[in-house]
Order: sequence, then C-alpha cells, then structure tokens
Amino acid sequence: MSTLVIKDLHVSIEDKEILKGVNLTINTNEVHAIMGPNGTGKSTLASAIMGHPKYEVTQGTIELDGENVLEMEVDERAQAGLFLAMQYPSEISGVTNADFIRSAINARRGEGNEISLMKFIRELDKTMDFLEMDQDMAQRYLNEGFSGGEKKRNEILQLMMIQPKFAILDEIDSGLDIDALKVVAKGINQMRGEGFGCLAITHYQRLLNYITPDHVHVMMQGRVVKSGGPELAQRLEAEGYDWIKKELGIEDETVEQEA
Amino acid sequence: MTVETKLALSVDEVRSFSQLNNEPTWFTDFRVSAIEKATELPMPTPDKTNITNWNFLEFPKHTVESATFNSLDELSAEVKEVIDIEGQENLYIQRNNTPAFLKVSEELKTQGVIFTDIQTAIREHSDLVKQYFMTTAVKVDEHKLAAYHAALVNGGVFIYVPKNVVLEKPLQVVFINDNEEASLFNHVLLVADKNSSVTYVETYVSTVSESKGQANIIEEVIALDNAQVNFGAVDVLAKGFTTYVNRRGHLLRDARIDWALGLMNDSDTVSESITHLVGDNSNANTKTVVVGRGEQKQNFTTEIRHWGKNSEGFILKHGVMRESAQSIFNGIGKIEHGASRSNAVQESRVLMLSENARGDANPILLIDEDDVMAGHAASAGRVDPIQLFYLMSRGISKADAERLIIHGFLAPVVQSIPIKSVQEQLTKVIEGKVR
Repeated sequence: MSTLVIKDLHVSIEDKEILKGVNLTINTNEVHAIMGPNGTGKSTLASAIMGHPKYEVTQGTIELDGENVLEMEVDERAQAGLFLAMQYPSEISGVTNADFIRSAINARRGEGNEISLMKFIRELDKTMDFLEMDQDMAQRYLNEGFSGGEKKRNEILQLMMIQPKFAILDEIDSGLDIDALKVVAKGINQMRGEGFGCLAITHYQRLLNYITPDHVHVMMQGRVVKSGGPELAQRLEAEGYDWIKKELGIEDETVEQEA
Repeated sequence: MTVETKLALSVDEVRSFSQLNNEPTWFTDFRVSAIEKATELPMPTPDKTNITNWNFLEFPKHTVESATFNSLDELSAEVKEVIDIEGQENLYIQRNNTPAFLKVSEELKTQGVIFTDIQTAIREHSDLVKQYFMTTAVKVDEHKLAAYHAALVNGGVFIYVPKNVVLEKPLQVVFINDNEEASLFNHVLLVADKNSSVTYVETYVSTVSESKGQANIIEEVIALDNAQVNFGAVDVLAKGFTTYVNRRGHLLRDARIDWALGLMNDSDTVSESITHLVGDNSNANTKTVVVGRGEQKQNFTTEIRHWGKNSEGFILKHGVMRESAQSIFNGIGKIEHGASRSNAVQESRVLMLSENARGDANPILLIDEDDVMAGHAASAGRVDPIQLFYLMSRGISKADAERLIIHGFLAPVVQSIPIKSVQEQLTKVIEGKVR
C-alpha cells in the first residue's frame, strides 16, 4: 500500500496565498473527492501536488510513502508515482500522441528497460478501444485541435497507459457530455484497485454518480472544511453549500477573504 | 556612393581560371565583366543586420583539388548517412570544388534530362546555360556578392528537365566540404521546362570543424509554364565560413514550387530565398527551419513577390536560437500592382532557449493592388513553461521535454523534405544542435 500525506499545506501564487493549511491523507485503493464552489483553492491543490511552476509552497509538507515530494522536480514526482490529469491539457505541435505516451512510459521504465514497440502498440490500441477513441488519435499531434472531450479522454488514456500510484483528476468532468463522462468514469473505475489511489476534484456531484468515492472533502477559503463519506456528496447535490457555510460561520467561501 | 574594393582575384586571374577550365569565350567574358562590376557594386543590405564588418571577400584559395570517388563506399560515414546508397538512382557529389561522383539513371538519359556539374554544363550545354545563367532569376549586377559570385563560380550543378517530362524519383546532390581551405562559389541552375515536374534535394555538409573559406552560393530555379519543382535543401556548413546563400525562384504561368529548407549552418550566414511569381496562377510554398547556436549571427530573408494574377505565396519559418546566437527573420510578401486575386500568407515563429539568444521575426506585407488577400503571424518567445510542466508531469525529464517541444516545433518543415534519408539527417543535425 502507498500513502500520500499532505500536511498543513500553504500555497501562494504571485505572493497571494491560496491554500491556507490543507491536510489530507490518501491511500491506494481509495478514491477521494474534493468538492467545493469555484475559487476555493481546489485546482491550486492539484497543481501544487504536481509542482506547477506558478505555485509556490510556502509552508507544510507533501510526502509519498515517507518521501518528500516537495523536494522533487516535476518529472521526479511523476516517476515516484504521481499523475495529474489536467483541467486544460497543453497542446504540443509536432509531437504525436503515441510518441509522447511511449516517451512517458519509457521515462518511468528507465534506460535498457524500454517497452517494446509491438507491446506498446498493442496496449495503446486496446486502451483506446476501451475509451472509445478513434485510432487515428494516436498519430495526431498531442492535444492539438482536440475537442474538450477528446482532451479529457486523452488524459485518461495517458493515465491508463502510465499506471501511476496516485492520480489527481482536476475537474476531469468539466465540459464533458454525459456519454464522454461515462467513458472517462469507466477508465478511472478500471484503474481502481490495490495499487491505485485517486483524488478527484470536481464541483459537480454528477461525476460521483459514476465514480463512487470512498471519502468526500469540501474545500472553502483554501482549506478542507468538512470531510465525510459518499453521503456528503449527495447532500451537497441536494442542498448546495449554504448549510456548510452556516454551520461553520463562513460568509464568503472563496480565498479572497480571510477566514 | 560606390567604393572601389580590392578583390581577392584580379581580372587576369579570373580570365586565366576560365581558360584553364576550357570555358567558352562568352563565359570567360561574362566572368571578366562580372569581376569588373564586383569592384564597384555596393554590398547587399540585409534588413536589420549590419554586415559591414563581415569578411565576404577574402579566402585562402579560390579552388582546391580534391580526389574523386570511384565508389560510394569511399564516402565518410557522415556523408553516407545522407544518401540511400542502394536506392538513390540519380546522384551528384561534389567534393569541395571537384565534381567527385555522378550517377544518372537510364530513365533520365532517355528522357533528355540534363543532370551534370556546372562546369561541364557551361562547356556542353552552352545555349541553355547562356540563356538562363544569371539572366532571369538572379542578375549579375544586383550587388557586389552576386557579381563576385558570377566571376568566381567554381562549382555547382545544372539541371534541365525537358517539356512534359515528369520525374517521379528525386535528384540528389551532396556538396561535401572536407578541406578547411576550400571556398564554395557554387551555382545551382535548375530549369524545369513546360509541364515538367522534378524533385531536387541538396545537402551541404562540412566534415571539417572550422573553415577558412567563403561560401557564396547562388541557386536559381526557373519553372516554365505549368512546371512543378519540389526543392529540398539542408545546409550544414562549418563555423568559419562567411556564408551568403541566395536561392531564387522564377515562376511562369501555372508553375509551382515547394521549398523545404533546413538552414543549419554553424557559420555566420546571410540567407535569402526569394520567389518571383511572374505568371498568373503560379504558386510558391516556402518552408524554412533554422537552428542557431554559439556566437552565430544570421539573417534570413524569405520573400515571395507576386506579379501574376491569382498567384499564391506561403511562407512558413520556424527558428530555434540558443546560447548567444542572433538571428533576424525577415518575411516579405509583396503584391505588385496588377497581381489581382493574389494571396500572400506568412508565418514566422522563433523559439529562444537562453537569455542571450536573440531571434527577431520581422514580417512585412507590401501590397500594391486592391483585390488581394494577405495575412501574417509572427511570434518570438521562450519555451512555454506550462508545456514543459505538462510533459514533465508524465515523467519526462526537462531536457527530453525541451527536445520534444523543439522537434515538434520544427517538424512541419522537417517533414516536408522530400528524401527520407535527408529528412533523417536533418533530424539528427537538429538533435546534435539542441543537445
């Protein structure tokens, strides 16, 4: 079993503090959902875990099986087993999707242990079929000209090919129609198991109809303010966030305001 | 203002060089008149690059003698890589200033195609050469370097594709530079007659690490009515050359040219690629990639000039600058009065990999006609940190991620090089330069 532990995490962007002490522990074989209104720091948490260059960690720790993640470069974090499915994946012209995914797999496997081309193609074909993606997307340039839905599927394709220990899904459901959402959920559910943990960030309960979380957390003002089981997500869907704000005495839930 | 310049060769030396090569009198006279012009004509003035202090005129030797190749086995490994030894049917190799190898397929001969070194062409195909040699595309008196070139031509190729001849297989030329004292005054003259079609790919490859010579290269492509020319070039000349490369197209009615140029010199370089769309419905597509490194200074001017109605010109330039390399990318679309319904489009992108590297994209549209379309896009910037983050977040190291982005950035041009082996060599050259 692997464990990702986030303690008292403070993160700033351009000297403005966004996260103000996040605590979270995720084990493999668990799916955690982070919910919350816009502007409460959810995506910042996702980016900071992966080491996005714009975000500065000013306080706190992130550890993966006792290793200090914050001291690692972005690629080292990935090599250690972290994966971030991005809300807005970059488009890289001139680099085919297949070449990119193979480079990523080989980077993790290391020199002398590269995946054979035949095996790679087999795996890629199979996974693309599973995600109902056109085969020609393998030879298209990475995310270039992909629709929003195609980009999200492509993130899940990479996830399934790379097989990380922990996946952070940053609003993987935004902009997806219901069919695409089902396919994306199918991919994530396929990954679930002993060796895989997931942190799904969303502000819609809808995703959680297809991916049942083990734990649900609510973020406001740059902190996790409430945690519970799947029933918490259902209550949020039915009643919105106001009851939490009332319960905790929060007037403005965004990070703009000091608590 | 004209300033008399002391040139490396005198009129007499030019005349005796011509006679030594058994050139016809008209060409001797042509050279002599050119060297006289060269003394007085002003230097070219590439936009935004000051070349006043560049040495374009002096060199240790005008010509060097090199051994020829009896078989392709004798080629160095570096050169072999460029050539599909088994498959390439039409191949000319020049070694410094010496025609060193020629292979011409039966198909070419029976169709009346001329594919030979320029010296032989001057002697044996005098009429054709006389008609087109610096008369139509590039003119002798354009500036000092053009005249200097005309006077000192010491290598190059002549290609003539007769009417209605459609060549499926490419012609390949390799200019090897393996003598540091060599200067290259190469002239390539390609004439595609009416309704003909040809693919030509050339490679300049230095196997010396540093040169003391001049590279003053002029290449003319003349495409007559409805001819199609697919022109690929990869330049990899060594540091130390002062390089002037002038590639010029002259297209008549319905003609088309596709240029794919990999400009990978390590020398200070002034490179101009200009296509004149003279005939109606003519069409030029110019794709260029550049990688600059070290202390290199370069100026790249790509121009398409529209004279014919309904003519179309596309310019795509991608450059990568690293270390302290400096480059200017001038892109010019010029639509002359009368060239109605023409379309001039250009795109220049420069990627800078270090603090000291500089690349300026300078797009210019000059339009003298109302009923036209034109557009340009230009950008110069650094590798996008968000793209890097994305690639690295999949476990790819920073160096590999940068390399992927650079190769991807240059791919649209690299992939348009018509011969696979040359394309692969270009990829390798790029790999070596960005490492």
